[in-house]
Amino acid sequence: MPRPLEPVGQSTRITLGISFFILFFAAWAFATLGGFVSRTFLADPITMMQDGWLLLTRFGFLGDIGVTVWRVVGGFILAAIIAVPIGILMGAYKSFEAFLEPFVSFARYLPASAFVPLLILWAGIGEMQKLLVIFIGSVFQIILMVAVAVGNTRRDLVEAAYTLGSKDQGVVKRVLIPANAPEIAEILRLVLGWAWTYVIVAELIGSSSGIGHMIIDSQALLATGQMIFGIIIIGIIGLISDFLFKALNRSLFPWRLA
Amino acid sequence: MTNAILQIDNVSRVFPGVRGGAPVRALEPTSLRVEQNDFITILGPSGCGKSTLLRIVAGLDRPSGGRVLLNGREIKGPGADRGMVFQSYTLFPWLTIAENIAYGLREKGVPKSERRDIVASYTEKVGLRGFENHYPKQLSGGMQQRTAIARALANDPAILLLDEPFGALDNQTRGLMQELLLGIWERERKTVLFVTHDIEEAIFLASRVIVMTARPGRIKADISVELPHPRHYTMKTTPEFSSLKAQLTEEIRHEAIEADVAR
Repeated sequence: MPRPLEPVGQSTRITLGISFFILFFAAWAFATLGGFVSRTFLADPITMMQDGWLLLTRFGFLGDIGVTVWRVVGGFILAAIIAVPIGILMGAYKSFEAFLEPFVSFARYLPASAFVPLLILWAGIGEMQKLLVIFIGSVFQIILMVAVAVGNTRRDLVEAAYTLGSKDQGVVKRVLIPANAPEIAEILRLVLGWAWTYVIVAELIGSSSGIGHMIIDSQALLATGQMIFGIIIIGIIGLISDFLFKALNRSLFPWRLA
Repeated sequence: MTNAILQIDNVSRVFPGVRGGAPVRALEPTSLRVEQNDFITILGPSGCGKSTLLRIVAGLDRPSGGRVLLNGREIKGPGADRGMVFQSYTLFPWLTIAENIAYGLREKGVPKSERRDIVASYTEKVGLRGFENHYPKQLSGGMQQRTAIARALANDPAILLLDEPFGALDNQTRGLMQELLLGIWERERKTVLFVTHDIEEAIFLASRVIVMTARPGRIKADISVELPHPRHYTMKTTPEFSSLKAQLTEEIRHEAIEADVAR
């Protein structure tokens, strides 16, 4: 029996991680191929793979994937460019925080998906509307989380900087920002994951391309294999972006691991 | 008494009461003159306001009354003219050892080549050659505090303030650090204000020991230490050292008991 908090080796970790995927697919295959679940409601893994192959080769699904990725990344970058500086200023300057924090906390709970009809009214059903859904869904989250991170900067580091001759701006630029850069990157990684759920919602309504659009199209045809393939693709892209983000953070902030 | 570099005039500090409690008088009006090249240790039990006094000199805390003059100019806030070493490890974790030592010089706008020379000389002085490109996390506590001393000294401050800098170190490392700091002081003749609760440390380092009392915090005794320089750790076993230690132990024991009762 493993003991609490006992570390596990790298190879065991990978084996265990993969074995759950295998278990999951096996259970799925057993339920569908074994005839326990109606094919109308749930496609079996083999049909799913065949449907997926058809989607990719015949129906230009790669284009849909590209469109969705571009929407997520575009809306997310837009949100990050605006939210990170605001968050840093809120964390650093308490009066600025007092000014914005109540509103941002309120806005954070406005569901991005509920804005879809409004945004269609305002921005049409073009790309702008998709980007805005993701922007609204991400921007307030990033602002608040960055503000909290910066606000929690170790006081003694700030004091040390002052005794070394830093002025207020120097403290923000050369202590608050570098001290929290890894955490800010971590926040962005987290929120990017949430942005993926918003993009699908945005694409389910009033869209003519993208993974979400494909899923809603497939629903009309009861093509559960295609729908599941679309969902799995989102999961895989999420996994890849997460991995890339982690690798980037590691190379950007070696001091964290040193 | 003419060349006082630091003059503390009736400085007091009252902390507002927490949750409707009575305000805490951390520091009674306290005066102290620090001469050029003095090595002063401030010795006292915890809660005697010694750290508060040091933080006020550093400009990190404001006095409730009185004022502090450095070279005749009143201290209004923290500045590069007073280098500080903290008890907690305050190296910037995202900077290498060399970059940490160079931090103050960069803030001052010292050109790169000059910066490199100063950093090299202080890395040498604190015995950290070969560790320039390490991150603080990779260094032991003693090495981190040596870097912190180098970082403060590289700025060439008028006075060096140390707030129990060796408090978190083990006994052996602490002894080595005391010798290192003393060695630097003997060579460079910096003015030093050093806060500690360790009696041996206070005597070994100081040219003057200021004993503080707890609750209310104020100065109780001002004892000059006439032991010759350079000092070697073996000095800690000489009769002169022992008698000073006995005297200070007596002073501080009384205080510690009172402070404990008051608590």
